[in-house]
Amino acid sequence: MSYLTDRKRVDGLGVARGGVEHWISQRVTSIALIPLSLMFLFPFLHNLGADHAAVLQTYSHPYHAIVAVMFFIVLCKHLHQGLQVVIEDYVHAPRLLLSSLILNKLFWGATAVMAVFAIAKIAFSA
Amino acid sequence: MADANQGNRPLSPHLQVYRPQITSVLSILNRITGIGMSLATVLIAWWFLAAATGAEYFAVVDGFLTSWFGILILVASLLAFWFHFFNGLRHLRWDAGYGMGMKSVMRSGQVAVVMSIAATILCIILAV
Repeated sequence: MSYLTDRKRVDGLGVARGGVEHWISQRVTSIALIPLSLMFLFPFLHNLGADHAAVLQTYSHPYHAIVAVMFFIVLCKHLHQGLQVVIEDYVHAPRLLLSSLILNKLFWGATAVMAVFAIAKIAFSA
Repeated sequence: MADANQGNRPLSPHLQVYRPQITSVLSILNRITGIGMSLATVLIAWWFLAAATGAEYFAVVDGFLTSWFGILILVASLLAFWFHFFNGLRHLRWDAGYGMGMKSVMRSGQVAVVMSIAATILCIILAV
């Protein structure tokens, strides 16, 4: 082992060129979340615990519906990216790593679709 | 280049004997709050699905989220959100190349902690 060169030691462990895109994309989603999270949070806090009709009224308004949809899409993307990095840092067994990366992606994709569907249904039916 | 003694060197840092510092503690807190907010995201998505489904189901989910257990999760998530928000701004500032001196790093860390606690209390007052 100690006679191996540094080059030989990293050979076959995967690409070293693919990280920048992911890193930059993570910053972009975090920048987008600065206004989106604030625009989402305060109306949401106001509606939590309110009665059903009031909630429908708020989120059938185009402003709140569009903000909530954008927030959930970007939030789920950001969670997918952040958790991917955490998984890559702490999970080392190859099969577990691959399956958790796939599960992570599918989970946040599904969560985003469900949230967007729910908000769209409220916006279009009220 | 090729280090012949690659496998035998001491590892650094040894977390067990390393004194916690504001830099390292806030760094790991950023991760923990990020992971933790997964739960709040799923719960809020569930809340919207319930609102889209009907008044009865909405009452169940909204009732859970405003029960003591739901409020506990949401208040913890709110604190996690504000910390991640302010610490995220700190990270973006570093990414832009500013504020990386030791004094500045510690100062901005203290500001992030104070701001996140203040913003959480303010939100609780607004929501009640």
